[in-house]
Amino acid sequence: MSIPHILLGLLTERPKHGYELKREHDERLPGAKPVAYGQVYSTLQRLERDGLVAVAETLSDGGPERTVYRLTDKGRERIRSWLSEVEPPAPYVTGALFTRLVLALIAGEDPQRYLDRQRAAHLARMRELTAVKTDPARTTARLLAADHALLHLDADLRWMELAARRLADLTKEIT
Amino acid sequence: MPPVLEARDIAKSFGPTPALRGLSLTIDAGEVVAITGPSGSGKSTLLHCLAGIIRPDAGEVRFGGTRLDRLDEEARTRLRRDNFGVVLQFGHLVPELTAAENIALPLMLAGAEREAAHTAAAEWLDRVGAGECARLRPGDLSGGQIQRVAVARALAGEPSVIFADEPTGALDTIAGEQVLAQLLGAVRSRRATLVLVTHDNQVAAYADREVIVRDGRLVDPVEPAGPAGTGGPPWGMDATLPEVTR
Repeated sequence: MSIPHILLGLLTERPKHGYELKREHDERLPGAKPVAYGQVYSTLQRLERDGLVAVAETLSDGGPERTVYRLTDKGRERIRSWLSEVEPPAPYVTGALFTRLVLALIAGEDPQRYLDRQRAAHLARMRELTAVKTDPARTTARLLAADHALLHLDADLRWMELAARRLADLTKEIT
Repeated sequence: MPPVLEARDIAKSFGPTPALRGLSLTIDAGEVVAITGPSGSGKSTLLHCLAGIIRPDAGEVRFGGTRLDRLDEEARTRLRRDNFGVVLQFGHLVPELTAAENIALPLMLAGAEREAAHTAAAEWLDRVGAGECARLRPGDLSGGQIQRVAVARALAGEPSVIFADEPTGALDTIAGEQVLAQLLGAVRSRRATLVLVTHDNQVAAYADREVIVRDGRLVDPVEPAGPAGTGGPPWGMDATLPEVTR
């Protein structure tokens, strides 16, 4: 995920310092991998160099100094234009599944067995995500993150079901 | 937990077409099991055999200590009425009766007094979030409401096993989620057993266990294998979606 764009987006609300941005990244995007503080810091420096953010003030309430960053007009324009674009429809993980299937055929392994194992792994993960989804204490952001992952895993599974049905033809073609 | 349902080497053909070819399955009390498989694999036939709706041509089906495959039609009907609840894809409510009457009727057939049956029906409709439907007939209900009423009807007799065949197959995602939440909540709080036939992977993910039927046989369960590579978070979700207790 694009950390620079996420930081710009979080700064549209008000000026924030680095630690605040790290915390908000992790809390408000519960499906994302937590970002390292060092990465936030170095990204902010690059954004400042490019004129997309600027230092608003430096706080030092007893503890270590904290630099608060604000969005510049150029930064606001950049995030607005990014939000008007779409994400390229990515092939996600199916590429890896397809590679394993083809290699299983080439190596003379049982491809159906591979598909069954992969299905079990996918469904186990979907069970965990369903538990997240049905937990009464979950937030809507967490629900949507789980929905997103579930639907992609479901798409993989449906592709695997199709692959199983086309297996005889695929075997003829590849081996 | 002791097994509540057990199929041993069951076979069933429809005319020349074999639907089940020697299939064995054990389901423990309190389990939620999803039966999945391609169209025509035999998964609905398996459900119908386990529920005593049809008799296998060969093999044994046990519910508790009772051999379902040895009972005649009438005895199986009585056993189903006393112990099993059924939810099908399209509700199958009686169109001339109100939602409340649809739930009360089977209770009265099982021997409940009219008033007690209607009180229970009203309670169950509330429990599945369909209290406002009590006086409406199926023709005036949405698909989601019909399925909730069907869930209430299946659960009202306090069955020990509920059989569901594509219970959310006709619903959109959110209506389906709500029906599943009601069904699963009621099943788990009563430690009942749920046997669920579905072709929807997201529905199967609600179950404790999946059994796959292929060409009339069960696919051997695979050994639980870790993800390939480093064993790190597979889709970048693990880091912040853990703490799943159940």
